[in-house]
Amino acid sequence: MIQMYLPVAEMSVDAVVIVGMGALVGFTSGLFGVGGGFLLTPLLIFLGIPPSVAVGSGTNQIIASSVSGVIAHFRRGNVDVKMGGVLLAGGMVGSGLGVLLFNLLKTVGQIDLTIRLSYVIFLASVGGLMLVESVVSLIRRRPAASKPRGPDNFAWAARLPWPMRFPKSGLYVSAVLPLGMGVAVGILVAIMGVGGGFIMVPAMIYLLGMPTQVVIGTSLFQIIFVTVATTFMQATLNHNVDAVLTLLLIAGGIVGAQWGARAGARIGGRNLRILLALLVLGVCSGLVGELIATPEDPYSVVVVRS
Amino acid sequence: MRKLLSPLLACLGLLALSGDGAGAARPVVADLSNHLVAITTGFSGTHVLVFGATDDRKGDIVMVVRGPRETHVVREKVRVAGVWVNRNAAEFPAIPAYYAVAATAPLNAVMPWEIRKRHGIGVEALPLAATDSSGRALGEEASRRFRSALVRIKQQAGLYPEALGLVSTLENRLFRAELDLPATVPVGSYSVEVYFVQEGQVIGAEITPLFVSKTGFSADVYDFAMYSAARYAFASILFAVFAGWAAALVFRR
Repeated sequence: MIQMYLPVAEMSVDAVVIVGMGALVGFTSGLFGVGGGFLLTPLLIFLGIPPSVAVGSGTNQIIASSVSGVIAHFRRGNVDVKMGGVLLAGGMVGSGLGVLLFNLLKTVGQIDLTIRLSYVIFLASVGGLMLVESVVSLIRRRPAASKPRGPDNFAWAARLPWPMRFPKSGLYVSAVLPLGMGVAVGILVAIMGVGGGFIMVPAMIYLLGMPTQVVIGTSLFQIIFVTVATTFMQATLNHNVDAVLTLLLIAGGIVGAQWGARAGARIGGRNLRILLALLVLGVCSGLVGELIATPEDPYSVVVVRS
Repeated sequence: MRKLLSPLLACLGLLALSGDGAGAARPVVADLSNHLVAITTGFSGTHVLVFGATDDRKGDIVMVVRGPRETHVVREKVRVAGVWVNRNAAEFPAIPAYYAVAATAPLNAVMPWEIRKRHGIGVEALPLAATDSSGRALGEEASRRFRSALVRIKQQAGLYPEALGLVSTLENRLFRAELDLPATVPVGSYSVEVYFVQEGQVIGAEITPLFVSKTGFSADVYDFAMYSAARYAFASILFAVFAGWAAALVFRR
Protein backbone atom coordinates (compact mmCIF):
# COMPACT_ATOMS: atom_id res chain seq x y z
CA MET A 1 0.00 0.00 0.00
CA ILE A 2 1.51 3.26 -1.11
CA GLN A 3 -1.12 5.96 -0.94
CA MET A 4 -0.73 8.59 -3.63
CA TYR A 5 -2.81 11.70 -4.02
CA LEU A 6 -4.03 12.39 -7.55
CA PRO A 7 -4.03 16.18 -7.83
CA VAL A 8 -6.59 16.52 -10.64
CA ALA A 9 -8.87 13.63 -9.64
CA GLU A 10 -8.60 15.05 -6.08
CA MET A 11 -8.50 11.69 -4.41
CA SER A 12 -5.95 9.35 -3.02
CA VAL A 13 -5.33 5.93 -4.51
CA ASP A 14 -3.07 2.98 -3.88
CA ALA A 15 -0.18 3.49 -6.29
CA VAL A 16 0.58 -0.26 -6.35
CA VAL A 17 -2.94 -1.04 -7.58
CA ILE A 18 -2.75 1.55 -10.36
CA VAL A 19 0.70 0.44 -11.53
CA GLY A 20 -0.50 -3.17 -11.43
CA MET A 21 -3.53 -2.28 -13.49
CA GLY A 22 -1.35 -0.44 -15.99
CA ALA A 23 0.82 -3.56 -16.22
CA LEU A 24 -2.20 -5.81 -16.74
CA VAL A 25 -3.60 -3.60 -19.48
CA GLY A 26 -0.12 -3.26 -21.00
CA PHE A 27 0.15 -7.03 -20.97
CA THR A 28 -3.10 -7.46 -22.90
CA SER A 29 -2.12 -4.72 -25.31
CA GLY A 30 1.24 -6.34 -25.95
CA LEU A 31 -0.42 -9.73 -26.27
CA PHE A 32 -3.15 -8.70 -28.69
CA GLY A 33 -1.59 -5.69 -30.37
CA VAL A 34 -4.40 -3.37 -29.32
CA GLY A 35 -4.05 -0.20 -27.27
CA GLY A 36 -5.86 -1.57 -24.25
CA GLY A 37 -7.70 1.69 -23.56
CA PHE A 38 -11.03 -0.11 -23.79
CA LEU A 39 -9.99 -2.14 -20.73
CA LEU A 40 -8.22 0.63 -18.86
CA THR A 41 -11.04 3.17 -18.71
CA PRO A 42 -13.67 0.77 -17.29
CA LEU A 43 -11.12 -0.57 -14.77
CA LEU A 44 -10.28 2.95 -13.59
CA ILE A 45 -13.99 3.69 -13.24
CA PHE A 46 -14.49 0.48 -11.23
CA LEU A 47 -11.73 1.76 -8.89
CA GLY A 48 -13.71 4.93 -8.22
CA ILE A 49 -11.72 7.36 -10.39
CA PRO A 50 -14.22 9.89 -11.78
CA PRO A 51 -15.13 8.70 -15.32
CA SER A 52 -14.14 12.05 -16.77
CA VAL A 53 -10.60 11.86 -15.31
CA ALA A 54 -10.33 8.19 -16.28
CA VAL A 55 -11.05 9.13 -19.90
CA GLY A 56 -8.68 12.12 -20.03
CA SER A 57 -5.74 10.41 -18.33
CA GLY A 58 -6.34 7.18 -20.26
CA THR A 59 -6.00 9.08 -23.53
CA ASN A 60 -2.71 10.55 -22.36
CA GLN A 61 -1.39 7.11 -21.41
CA ILE A 62 -2.28 5.69 -24.83
CA ILE A 63 0.14 8.16 -26.45
CA ALA A 64 3.01 6.43 -24.68
CA SER A 65 1.93 2.90 -25.55
CA SER A 66 1.24 3.70 -29.19
CA VAL A 67 4.55 5.54 -29.63
CA SER A 68 6.50 2.54 -28.39
CA GLY A 69 4.32 0.21 -30.48
CA VAL A 70 4.63 2.20 -33.70
CA ILE A 71 8.41 2.34 -33.46
CA ALA A 72 8.52 -1.46 -33.54
CA HIS A 73 6.13 -1.54 -36.52
CA PHE A 74 8.10 1.10 -38.44
CA ARG A 75 11.22 -1.05 -38.08
CA ARG A 76 9.37 -3.89 -39.79
CA GLY A 77 7.92 -1.54 -42.43
CA ASN A 78 4.35 -2.23 -41.38
CA VAL A 79 3.01 1.32 -41.47
CA ASP A 80 0.98 2.75 -44.36
CA VAL A 81 1.74 6.41 -43.73
CA LYS A 82 -0.53 7.69 -46.51
CA MET A 83 -3.55 5.76 -45.26
CA GLY A 84 -2.66 6.77 -41.69
CA GLY A 85 -2.59 10.39 -42.79
CA VAL A 86 -6.07 10.25 -44.33
CA LEU A 87 -7.47 8.43 -41.30
CA LEU A 88 -5.97 10.92 -38.93
CA ALA A 89 -7.25 13.93 -40.88
CA GLY A 90 -10.72 12.55 -40.19
CA GLY A 91 -9.67 11.62 -36.66
CA MET A 92 -8.72 15.21 -35.79
CA VAL A 93 -12.14 16.48 -36.81
CA GLY A 94 -13.83 13.64 -34.94
CA SER A 95 -11.89 14.14 -31.74
CA GLY A 96 -12.64 17.87 -31.79
CA LEU A 97 -16.35 17.12 -32.09
CA GLY A 98 -16.02 14.44 -29.42
CA VAL A 99 -14.36 16.71 -26.85
CA LEU A 100 -17.06 19.35 -27.34
CA LEU A 101 -19.75 16.69 -26.98
CA PHE A 102 -17.98 15.41 -23.86
CA ASN A 103 -18.05 18.89 -22.36
CA LEU A 104 -21.75 19.29 -23.13
CA LEU A 105 -22.68 15.88 -21.69
CA LYS A 106 -20.64 16.60 -18.58
CA THR A 107 -22.66 19.74 -17.85
CA VAL A 108 -26.00 17.97 -18.25
CA GLY A 109 -24.86 15.05 -16.06
CA GLN A 110 -25.06 12.32 -18.70
CA ILE A 111 -21.35 11.78 -19.37
CA ASP A 112 -21.12 8.75 -17.10
CA LEU A 113 -24.02 7.02 -18.83
CA THR A 114 -22.75 7.95 -22.30
CA ILE A 115 -19.31 6.54 -21.55
CA ARG A 116 -20.78 3.27 -20.30
CA LEU A 117 -23.34 2.93 -23.11
CA SER A 118 -20.74 3.60 -25.81
CA TYR A 119 -18.60 0.90 -24.27
CA VAL A 120 -21.44 -1.59 -24.22
CA ILE A 121 -22.44 -0.95 -27.84
CA PHE A 122 -18.96 -1.03 -29.29
CA LEU A 123 -17.54 -3.82 -27.20
CA ALA A 124 -20.56 -6.00 -27.94
CA SER A 125 -20.47 -5.49 -31.70
CA VAL A 126 -16.69 -5.72 -32.09
CA GLY A 127 -16.34 -8.64 -29.68
CA GLY A 128 -19.23 -10.49 -31.32
CA LEU A 129 -17.87 -9.96 -34.84
CA MET A 130 -14.38 -11.06 -33.85
CA LEU A 131 -15.64 -14.13 -32.08
CA VAL A 132 -17.84 -15.24 -34.98
CA GLU A 133 -15.07 -14.58 -37.48
CA SER A 134 -12.40 -16.44 -35.52
CA VAL A 135 -14.63 -19.41 -34.75
CA VAL A 136 -15.67 -19.69 -38.40
CA SER A 137 -12.04 -19.59 -39.53
CA LEU A 138 -11.16 -22.12 -36.86
CA ILE A 139 -13.80 -24.51 -38.19
CA ARG A 140 -12.71 -24.01 -41.80
CA ARG A 141 -9.07 -24.48 -40.77
CA ARG A 142 -8.05 -21.54 -42.92
CA PRO A 143 -6.12 -18.47 -41.87
CA ALA A 144 -8.62 -15.65 -41.61
CA ALA A 145 -8.58 -12.39 -43.52
CA SER A 146 -5.64 -13.38 -45.66
CA LYS A 147 -7.56 -13.22 -48.92
CA PRO A 148 -7.96 -9.64 -50.10
CA ARG A 149 -11.43 -8.43 -49.29
CA GLY A 150 -11.81 -4.96 -50.59
CA PRO A 151 -14.51 -2.37 -50.55
CA ASP A 152 -15.63 -4.03 -53.78
CA ASN A 153 -17.74 -6.06 -51.37
CA PHE A 154 -19.77 -2.90 -50.96
CA ALA A 155 -21.30 -1.51 -54.12
CA TRP A 156 -22.02 1.85 -52.49
CA ALA A 157 -18.39 2.29 -51.46
CA ALA A 158 -17.21 2.03 -55.05
CA ARG A 159 -19.46 4.94 -56.08
CA LEU A 160 -17.97 7.38 -53.52
CA PRO A 161 -15.96 10.33 -54.93
CA TRP A 162 -12.20 11.06 -54.66
CA PRO A 163 -10.65 7.67 -55.29
CA MET A 164 -7.11 7.47 -53.98
CA ARG A 165 -4.28 5.00 -54.43
CA PHE A 166 -2.59 3.53 -51.34
CA PRO A 167 0.46 1.65 -52.67
CA LYS A 168 1.60 0.26 -49.32
CA SER A 169 -1.78 -1.41 -48.74
CA GLY A 170 -2.29 -2.14 -52.44
CA LEU A 171 -5.68 -0.39 -52.40
CA TYR A 172 -7.54 1.99 -54.66
CA VAL A 173 -10.45 3.38 -52.65
CA SER A 174 -12.41 6.56 -52.18
CA ALA A 175 -10.78 8.85 -49.59
CA VAL A 176 -14.24 9.46 -48.15
CA LEU A 177 -14.29 6.01 -46.60
CA PRO A 178 -11.12 6.32 -44.45
CA LEU A 179 -11.95 9.97 -43.69
CA GLY A 180 -15.37 9.00 -42.39
CA MET A 181 -13.91 6.15 -40.37
CA GLY A 182 -11.41 8.61 -38.92
CA VAL A 183 -14.15 11.01 -37.83
CA ALA A 184 -16.22 8.25 -36.23
CA VAL A 185 -13.26 6.80 -34.35
CA GLY A 186 -12.07 10.28 -33.35
CA ILE A 187 -15.37 10.90 -31.57
CA LEU A 188 -14.99 7.61 -29.73
CA VAL A 189 -11.43 8.49 -28.71
CA ALA A 190 -12.70 11.61 -26.97
CA ILE A 191 -15.79 10.10 -25.37
CA MET A 192 -14.43 6.70 -24.39
CA GLY A 193 -10.79 7.53 -23.63
CA VAL A 194 -9.57 4.82 -25.95
CA GLY A 195 -7.15 4.84 -28.84
CA GLY A 196 -9.88 3.36 -30.98
CA GLY A 197 -7.71 0.51 -32.25
CA PHE A 198 -10.33 -2.06 -31.34
CA ILE A 199 -12.76 -0.37 -33.77
CA MET A 200 -10.19 0.84 -36.28
CA VAL A 201 -8.44 -2.49 -36.77
CA PRO A 202 -11.57 -4.49 -37.72
CA ALA A 203 -12.84 -1.56 -39.82
CA MET A 204 -9.56 -1.44 -41.74
CA ILE A 205 -9.68 -5.16 -42.39
CA TYR A 206 -13.36 -5.55 -43.19
CA LEU A 207 -14.39 -2.14 -44.57
CA LEU A 208 -11.23 -1.05 -46.37
CA GLY A 209 -9.81 -4.48 -47.07
CA MET A 210 -6.28 -3.58 -45.91
CA PRO A 211 -3.75 -6.40 -45.58
CA THR A 212 -3.58 -7.58 -41.95
CA GLN A 213 0.15 -7.02 -41.47
CA VAL A 214 -0.01 -3.24 -42.05
CA VAL A 215 -3.24 -2.77 -40.11
CA ILE A 216 -1.90 -2.62 -36.56
CA GLY A 217 1.10 -0.41 -37.38
CA THR A 218 -1.07 2.00 -39.36
CA SER A 219 -3.75 2.07 -36.68
CA LEU A 220 -1.13 2.83 -33.99
CA PHE A 221 0.38 5.51 -36.22
CA GLN A 222 -2.87 7.42 -36.52
CA ILE A 223 -3.79 6.77 -32.87
CA ILE A 224 -0.69 8.71 -31.76
CA PHE A 225 -1.84 11.86 -33.52
CA VAL A 226 -5.48 11.56 -32.58
CA THR A 227 -4.69 10.90 -28.90
CA VAL A 228 -2.19 13.80 -28.85
CA ALA A 229 -4.89 16.12 -30.19
CA THR A 230 -7.51 14.70 -27.83
CA THR A 231 -5.25 14.94 -24.78
CA PHE A 232 -4.54 18.55 -25.64
CA MET A 233 -8.23 19.40 -25.95
CA GLN A 234 -9.26 17.41 -22.86
CA ALA A 235 -6.55 19.08 -20.77
CA THR A 236 -7.43 22.58 -21.92
CA LEU A 237 -11.22 22.32 -22.15
CA ASN A 238 -12.25 19.70 -19.59
CA HIS A 239 -9.19 19.76 -17.25
CA ASN A 240 -9.46 16.01 -16.80
CA VAL A 241 -5.89 14.85 -17.44
CA ASP A 242 -4.22 13.78 -14.19
CA ALA A 243 -0.45 13.75 -14.61
CA VAL A 244 0.19 11.59 -11.55
CA LEU A 245 -2.37 9.01 -12.65
CA THR A 246 -0.91 8.98 -16.17
CA LEU A 247 2.60 8.54 -14.81
CA LEU A 248 1.58 5.50 -12.75
CA LEU A 249 -0.29 3.97 -15.69
CA ILE A 250 2.59 4.51 -18.10
CA ALA A 251 5.07 2.97 -15.67
CA GLY A 252 2.96 -0.18 -15.37
CA GLY A 253 1.96 -0.24 -19.02
CA ILE A 254 5.49 -0.17 -20.42
CA VAL A 255 6.58 -3.20 -18.45
CA GLY A 256 3.33 -5.08 -19.07
CA ALA A 257 3.42 -4.51 -22.84
CA GLN A 258 6.85 -6.12 -23.24
CA TRP A 259 5.81 -9.07 -21.16
CA GLY A 260 2.58 -9.43 -23.19
CA ALA A 261 4.35 -9.22 -26.56
CA ARG A 262 6.59 -12.12 -25.54
CA ALA A 263 3.64 -14.19 -24.37
CA GLY A 264 1.78 -13.37 -27.61
CA ALA A 265 4.58 -14.74 -29.76
CA ARG A 266 4.01 -18.15 -28.16
CA ILE A 267 0.24 -18.37 -28.50
CA GLY A 268 -0.42 -17.79 -32.21
CA GLY A 269 -2.72 -15.50 -34.15
CA ARG A 270 -6.06 -17.27 -34.37
CA ASN A 271 -6.20 -18.34 -30.74
CA LEU A 272 -5.20 -14.81 -29.78
CA ARG A 273 -8.18 -13.41 -31.67
CA ILE A 274 -10.59 -15.76 -29.93
CA LEU A 275 -9.12 -14.82 -26.55
CA LEU A 276 -9.37 -11.12 -27.37
CA ALA A 277 -12.97 -11.54 -28.49
CA LEU A 278 -13.84 -13.29 -25.22
CA LEU A 279 -12.06 -10.60 -23.22
CA VAL A 280 -13.93 -7.83 -25.04
CA LEU A 281 -17.26 -9.58 -24.48
CA GLY A 282 -16.37 -10.16 -20.82
CA VAL A 283 -15.73 -6.46 -20.16
CA CYS A 284 -18.90 -5.67 -22.07
CA SER A 285 -21.11 -7.96 -20.00
CA GLY A 286 -19.60 -6.52 -16.81
CA LEU A 287 -20.67 -3.06 -17.94
CA VAL A 288 -24.12 -4.26 -18.96
CA GLY A 289 -24.51 -5.76 -15.50
CA GLU A 290 -23.63 -2.42 -13.93
CA LEU A 291 -26.11 -0.56 -16.11
CA ILE A 292 -29.11 -2.79 -15.47
CA ALA A 293 -28.48 -3.83 -11.87
CA THR A 294 -30.32 -1.75 -9.31
CA PRO A 295 -27.70 0.73 -8.10
CA GLU A 296 -26.64 0.60 -4.47
CA ASP A 297 -27.59 4.25 -4.25
CA PRO A 298 -29.65 5.87 -7.01
CA TYR A 299 -28.39 9.29 -5.90
CA SER A 300 -25.03 10.87 -6.59
CA VAL A 301 -23.50 14.20 -5.61
CA VAL A 302 -21.14 16.35 -7.63
CA VAL A 303 -19.56 19.63 -6.61
CA VAL A 304 -19.89 22.31 -9.25
CA ARG A 305 -17.02 24.71 -9.38
CA SER A 306 -18.01 28.20 -10.29
CA MET B 1 4.59 35.18 4.08
CA ARG B 2 2.85 32.95 6.60
CA LYS B 3 5.93 33.11 8.85
CA LEU B 4 5.65 36.87 8.82
CA LEU B 5 1.93 36.89 9.38
CA SER B 6 1.65 34.61 12.37
CA PRO B 7 3.45 36.81 14.95
CA LEU B 8 1.38 39.68 13.63
CA LEU B 9 -1.81 37.72 14.12
CA ALA B 10 -0.64 36.67 17.58
CA CYS B 11 -0.15 40.34 18.50
CA LEU B 12 -3.62 41.18 17.20
CA GLY B 13 -4.95 38.26 19.25
CA LEU B 14 -3.29 39.64 22.38
CA LEU B 15 -4.71 43.08 21.67
CA ALA B 16 -8.13 41.56 21.29
CA LEU B 17 -7.68 39.71 24.57
CA SER B 18 -6.60 42.80 26.49
CA GLY B 19 -9.46 44.70 24.90
CA ASP B 20 -11.90 42.42 26.65
CA GLY B 21 -11.64 44.49 29.78
CA ALA B 22 -9.46 44.58 32.85
CA GLY B 23 -8.92 41.09 34.15
CA ALA B 24 -12.24 39.77 32.83
CA ALA B 25 -11.13 36.57 31.14
CA ARG B 26 -13.10 35.48 28.10
CA PRO B 27 -15.67 32.78 28.85
CA VAL B 28 -14.11 30.43 26.30
CA VAL B 29 -10.83 30.21 24.41
CA ALA B 30 -10.07 27.61 21.80
CA ASP B 31 -7.38 26.73 19.31
CA LEU B 32 -6.37 24.01 16.88
CA SER B 33 -3.36 21.74 16.92
CA ASN B 34 -2.80 22.78 13.33
CA HIS B 35 -4.22 25.67 11.35
CA LEU B 36 -2.99 24.50 8.00
CA VAL B 37 -3.76 21.05 6.65
CA ALA B 38 -1.38 20.44 3.78
CA ILE B 39 -2.45 18.01 1.12
CA THR B 40 0.75 16.52 -0.20
CA THR B 41 1.27 13.63 -2.59
CA GLY B 42 1.14 11.11 0.25
CA PHE B 43 -1.98 12.60 1.88
CA SER B 44 -4.50 10.04 3.10
CA GLY B 45 -6.56 12.01 5.58
CA THR B 46 -5.59 13.56 8.90
CA HIS B 47 -6.79 14.62 12.34
CA VAL B 48 -6.89 18.08 13.81
CA LEU B 49 -7.23 18.54 17.54
CA VAL B 50 -9.59 21.28 18.69
CA PHE B 51 -8.87 22.26 22.28
CA GLY B 52 -9.53 25.07 24.69
CA ALA B 53 -10.66 26.17 28.10
CA THR B 54 -13.67 27.83 29.66
CA ASP B 55 -13.98 29.97 32.74
CA ASP B 56 -15.21 28.23 35.87
CA ARG B 57 -18.91 28.50 35.10
CA LYS B 58 -20.76 25.27 34.43
CA GLY B 59 -21.90 24.72 30.88
CA ASP B 60 -21.66 22.74 27.69
CA ILE B 61 -19.31 23.04 24.75
CA VAL B 62 -20.61 22.83 21.20
CA MET B 63 -18.25 22.81 18.21
CA VAL B 64 -19.20 23.40 14.61
CA VAL B 65 -16.77 23.02 11.73
CA ARG B 66 -17.82 24.45 8.38
CA GLY B 67 -15.90 23.84 5.19
CA PRO B 68 -15.78 26.06 2.11
CA ARG B 69 -19.14 26.78 0.51
CA GLU B 70 -19.69 25.11 -2.82
CA THR B 71 -22.62 24.39 -5.07
CA HIS B 72 -23.59 20.72 -4.95
CA VAL B 73 -25.71 18.97 -7.55
CA VAL B 74 -27.57 15.82 -6.46
CA ARG B 75 -28.70 13.53 -9.26
CA GLU B 76 -31.23 10.76 -9.06
CA LYS B 77 -31.08 7.65 -11.24
CA VAL B 78 -34.32 6.31 -12.65
CA ARG B 79 -34.85 3.11 -14.59
CA VAL B 80 -35.53 3.89 -18.24
CA ALA B 81 -35.99 0.95 -20.63
CA GLY B 82 -34.13 -1.34 -18.27
CA VAL B 83 -31.13 0.96 -17.85
CA TRP B 84 -30.44 3.24 -14.90
CA VAL B 85 -30.21 6.83 -16.10
CA ASN B 86 -29.63 10.13 -14.27
CA ARG B 87 -33.02 11.75 -14.55
CA ASN B 88 -33.87 14.25 -11.85
CA ALA B 89 -31.46 16.68 -10.27
CA ALA B 90 -31.44 19.24 -7.49
CA GLU B 91 -28.98 22.02 -6.90
CA PHE B 92 -27.83 23.11 -3.46
CA PRO B 93 -26.16 26.48 -3.96
CA ALA B 94 -23.29 27.46 -1.65
CA ILE B 95 -23.57 24.82 1.05
CA PRO B 96 -20.60 23.74 3.19
CA ALA B 97 -18.55 21.06 1.46
CA TYR B 98 -17.57 19.81 4.92
CA TYR B 99 -19.62 20.05 8.09
CA ALA B 100 -19.12 18.56 11.52
CA VAL B 101 -20.65 19.07 14.94
CA ALA B 102 -19.62 17.87 18.37
CA ALA B 103 -20.84 18.63 21.82
CA THR B 104 -20.40 17.58 25.43
CA ALA B 105 -24.04 16.39 25.48
CA PRO B 106 -26.73 15.63 22.88
CA LEU B 107 -27.46 18.85 20.95
CA ASN B 108 -31.16 18.76 21.79
CA ALA B 109 -30.36 18.78 25.48
CA VAL B 110 -27.88 21.63 25.15
CA MET B 111 -29.61 24.21 22.99
CA PRO B 112 -33.16 25.08 22.06
CA TRP B 113 -34.09 24.43 18.43
CA GLU B 114 -34.46 28.15 17.57
CA ILE B 115 -30.86 28.90 18.51
CA ARG B 116 -29.61 25.87 16.62
CA LYS B 117 -31.62 26.94 13.60
CA ARG B 118 -30.35 30.51 13.80
CA HIS B 119 -26.68 29.47 13.96
CA GLY B 120 -27.01 26.36 11.78
CA ILE B 121 -25.86 23.98 14.52
CA GLY B 122 -26.42 20.33 13.63
CA VAL B 123 -26.98 18.95 10.13
CA GLU B 124 -30.76 18.99 10.57
CA ALA B 125 -30.60 22.69 11.43
CA LEU B 126 -28.48 23.57 8.39
CA PRO B 127 -30.28 25.67 5.81
CA LEU B 128 -29.96 23.32 2.83
CA ALA B 129 -32.34 24.66 0.22
CA ALA B 130 -32.74 22.68 -2.99
CA THR B 131 -33.43 24.42 -6.27
CA ASP B 132 -33.80 23.20 -9.84
CA SER B 133 -31.20 24.08 -12.45
CA SER B 134 -32.77 27.48 -13.11
CA GLY B 135 -32.71 28.45 -9.43
CA ARG B 136 -36.39 27.93 -8.53
CA ALA B 137 -37.11 26.24 -5.21
CA LEU B 138 -38.13 22.59 -5.40
CA GLY B 139 -41.39 21.21 -4.02
CA GLU B 140 -41.59 20.04 -0.42
CA GLU B 141 -41.41 16.32 -1.14
CA ALA B 142 -38.61 16.47 -3.75
CA SER B 143 -36.70 18.90 -1.58
CA ARG B 144 -36.78 16.52 1.39
CA ARG B 145 -35.81 13.54 -0.77
CA PHE B 146 -32.77 15.23 -2.33
CA ARG B 147 -31.74 16.75 0.96
CA SER B 148 -31.65 13.42 2.74
CA ALA B 149 -29.75 11.86 -0.19
CA LEU B 150 -27.22 14.69 -0.03
CA VAL B 151 -26.68 14.32 3.71
CA ARG B 152 -26.45 10.52 3.48
CA ILE B 153 -23.86 10.59 0.69
CA LYS B 154 -21.87 13.31 2.42
CA GLN B 155 -21.90 11.27 5.62
CA GLN B 156 -20.77 8.12 3.82
CA ALA B 157 -17.89 10.11 2.33
CA GLY B 158 -16.93 11.27 5.83
CA LEU B 159 -17.58 14.88 4.87
CA TYR B 160 -20.55 15.40 7.17
CA PRO B 161 -19.38 13.23 10.06
CA GLU B 162 -22.33 12.56 12.34
CA ALA B 163 -20.34 13.17 15.48
CA LEU B 164 -16.79 14.39 15.44
CA GLY B 165 -16.26 12.41 18.59
CA LEU B 166 -17.92 13.84 21.62
CA VAL B 167 -16.14 16.71 23.17
CA SER B 168 -14.34 15.50 26.25
CA THR B 169 -13.75 17.75 29.20
CA LEU B 170 -11.27 17.84 32.01
CA GLU B 171 -12.04 19.38 35.41
CA ASN B 172 -14.97 21.18 33.78
CA ARG B 173 -12.53 23.71 32.34
CA LEU B 174 -10.46 22.10 29.64
CA PHE B 175 -12.00 20.49 26.62
CA ARG B 176 -10.81 18.76 23.50
CA ALA B 177 -12.21 17.02 20.42
CA GLU B 178 -10.65 15.34 17.45
CA LEU B 179 -11.62 16.45 13.98
CA ASP B 180 -11.39 13.76 11.29
CA LEU B 181 -10.51 14.96 7.82
CA PRO B 182 -10.74 12.18 5.20
CA ALA B 183 -8.49 11.86 2.14
CA THR B 184 -11.16 13.52 0.02
CA VAL B 185 -11.36 16.60 2.26
CA PRO B 186 -12.35 19.65 0.18
CA VAL B 187 -9.73 22.34 -0.27
CA GLY B 188 -10.45 25.83 1.05
CA SER B 189 -10.92 27.82 4.22
CA TYR B 190 -12.82 26.33 7.12
CA SER B 191 -14.16 27.91 10.27
CA VAL B 192 -14.11 26.12 13.59
CA GLU B 193 -16.73 27.62 15.89
CA VAL B 194 -16.68 26.82 19.60
CA TYR B 195 -19.77 27.79 21.64
CA PHE B 196 -19.93 27.86 25.43
CA VAL B 197 -23.57 27.23 26.34
CA GLN B 198 -25.24 27.63 29.70
CA GLU B 199 -28.90 26.82 30.21
CA GLY B 200 -29.61 27.06 26.52
CA GLN B 201 -27.93 30.43 26.13
CA VAL B 202 -24.64 31.00 24.31
CA ILE B 203 -22.45 32.80 26.83
CA GLY B 204 -19.23 32.72 24.87
CA ALA B 205 -17.99 31.84 21.43
CA GLU B 206 -14.73 31.65 19.58
CA ILE B 207 -14.16 31.21 15.87
CA THR B 208 -10.85 29.90 14.60
CA PRO B 209 -9.90 29.54 10.95
CA LEU B 210 -8.53 26.34 9.45
CA PHE B 211 -7.02 26.15 5.99
CA VAL B 212 -6.91 23.05 3.86
CA SER B 213 -4.75 23.43 0.83
CA LYS B 214 -2.73 21.40 -1.58
CA THR B 215 0.95 22.05 -1.13
CA GLY B 216 4.15 20.94 -2.75
CA PHE B 217 4.02 18.72 -5.78
CA SER B 218 0.28 18.04 -5.90
CA ALA B 219 -0.55 21.75 -5.56
CA ASP B 220 1.89 22.58 -8.33
CA VAL B 221 0.40 19.94 -10.61
CA TYR B 222 -3.15 21.07 -9.87
CA ASP B 223 -2.37 24.76 -10.47
CA PHE B 224 -0.46 23.85 -13.61
CA ALA B 225 -3.40 21.76 -14.89
CA MET B 226 -6.01 24.40 -14.11
CA TYR B 227 -4.30 27.70 -14.80
CA SER B 228 -1.72 26.93 -17.48
CA ALA B 229 -3.78 24.28 -19.22
CA ALA B 230 -2.11 24.60 -22.62
CA ARG B 231 1.41 24.27 -21.25
CA TYR B 232 0.25 21.44 -18.99
CA ALA B 233 -1.22 19.65 -22.01
CA PHE B 234 2.05 20.04 -23.93
CA ALA B 235 4.06 18.75 -20.98
CA SER B 236 1.77 15.73 -20.52
CA ILE B 237 1.95 14.88 -24.22
CA LEU B 238 5.72 15.33 -24.43
CA PHE B 239 6.20 13.18 -21.37
CA ALA B 240 4.06 10.39 -22.83
CA VAL B 241 5.84 10.51 -26.20
CA PHE B 242 9.21 10.44 -24.49
CA ALA B 243 8.21 7.56 -22.22
CA GLY B 244 6.95 5.54 -25.18
CA TRP B 245 10.08 6.24 -27.19
CA ALA B 246 12.34 5.36 -24.26
CA ALA B 247 10.43 2.11 -23.73
CA ALA B 248 10.86 1.13 -27.38
CA LEU B 249 14.57 1.91 -27.11
CA VAL B 250 15.13 -0.01 -23.90
CA PHE B 251 13.17 -3.07 -24.96
CA ARG B 252 14.49 -3.17 -28.51
CA ARG B 253 14.75 -6.75 -29.63
